[in-house]
Amino acid sequence: MISFERVSKRYPNGREALTDLSFAIHDGEMVFLTGRSGAGKSSVLKLIALLERPTRGQVLVNGDNTAKLPLRRVPLFRRGLGVVFQDHRLLMDRPVFDNVALPLIVADTSFREIDKRVRAALDQVGLLGKERVAPLELSVGEQQRVGIARAIVSKPPLLVADEPTGNLDATLAAEVMGLFRRFNEVGVTVVVATHDLHLVRESGLREIVLDDGRIDSGQPPPMPPMQALR
Amino acid sequence: MSTTGHLGRHGFATVLTVAVMGLALALPLALNVLVRNVRDATGDFSEAVGLSVFFKPEVAEEKARQLAKSAGERTGVASATLITASEALAEFRAQSGFGAALDALPANPLPNVLTIRPAPDATSPSQLEALRSYLLAWPEVDSVQLDRDWVLRFSAILELLRRVVLITAVLLGAGVIAVVGNTIRLEILNRSAEIEVTKLVGGTNAFVRRPFLYAGVLYGILAGSIAWSLVALARASLAPAALRLASAYGSQFTLEGPSLTELGILLLAGMALGWLGAWIAAARQLARIEPRTA
Repeated sequence: MISFERVSKRYPNGREALTDLSFAIHDGEMVFLTGRSGAGKSSVLKLIALLERPTRGQVLVNGDNTAKLPLRRVPLFRRGLGVVFQDHRLLMDRPVFDNVALPLIVADTSFREIDKRVRAALDQVGLLGKERVAPLELSVGEQQRVGIARAIVSKPPLLVADEPTGNLDATLAAEVMGLFRRFNEVGVTVVVATHDLHLVRESGLREIVLDDGRIDSGQPPPMPPMQALR
Repeated sequence: MSTTGHLGRHGFATVLTVAVMGLALALPLALNVLVRNVRDATGDFSEAVGLSVFFKPEVAEEKARQLAKSAGERTGVASATLITASEALAEFRAQSGFGAALDALPANPLPNVLTIRPAPDATSPSQLEALRSYLLAWPEVDSVQLDRDWVLRFSAILELLRRVVLITAVLLGAGVIAVVGNTIRLEILNRSAEIEVTKLVGGTNAFVRRPFLYAGVLYGILAGSIAWSLVALARASLAPAALRLASAYGSQFTLEGPSLTELGILLLAGMALGWLGAWIAAARQLARIEPRTA
């Protein structure tokens, strides 16, 4: 599903975010990307979502080599994965329905199908009935769930999330993480970048720890107390 | 990404843009209507070609009649009509009101004049010039005036005006493209967050560009309608004055407004210019807006 082979990423400002990074994530797996801020979590997600291309090495996602994908095929590639952001990237001047429907609209889905699938997606994140509500009227947790509904509405085989619980309190964070677990249980490959180590350890799922752009093969640090995370 | 919804939300800027575009399109249309009216007012000149042959004063009326007859028999001449000096004097006396002054003159100052109308197939400039030289060679002839001269000058002026219309249209058309392009560019910048998210979920450039192209075309249609209405309004406000002027000259002339054909052309031109302006702006701007993670 996802394979990084000796990937390096250097940004135009000269900073090398990833160095000779290799790992693989298999179909149907759910994996956490952890590490300190600036360790390269975001860069890995950007490379997966083809927001950036690798400087060296190969990134294979859904069978496509992102370094060689021509520009005109990028939109199609992006339809094959759902992305969830910490700041959820909703269109604040559009109702919830329009936000969630966007991936279907760009893919020329029929109106009937859009209506059906948007409702199904909102149902899955527990927001059915909020279609006409403006995102600003929703709580932070609900906004994040709208973002998740948008990421899954086109049923992509791969879901990528960048700090999806970063702005949420412990209860909401656990709720959102539960949602990702459920998608994973129905076969979606899920990659979540987070520094909420508590949730990671609790899940017992595989963790890729990054340190300064490389895989940290050392022992995972002891779990910090809850207060330290807030 | 609905076009009309967006226009509604940016009402005032849209109104200004469309107004500027409408004015820009109105000017060439007004010039074109003006040229058309001037042409109509002065009539169709193709019939008005002729030569006036002025005989020398000492040529007797009898001699002039002979010459008129032989001129009329020449090929390429449709008719040759003699206006004798006494006929001309009588007509002048009747029309000018200078009767008393003319009585004071010792002799008729007017010459015999021969009016020649060429055959329809002999009205080219070179044929007329040949006829003129032929008549001028007669010893009895004082001068030959080609009535075509001022017709040619006048149509040259009209032709010049038509070019002015064309150049104005091209320049202001380019202006319209610039105005649309700039407006669309600003709209794209205003909506860059939306464009970014759309691209992020797999929207193609064509998909993102579409509403902006529609907006450009819509601006063009509105601007074309405005331009046409402005010129129609201008005609309506000028018509009474034009009518008074025409009747003062004893003419049946009425001021023509912009035609439906011109409305069609304006709408098509507006659509094309709006589309082009939007396309140029979109091509430049959209490529720059690419999704980035925070």
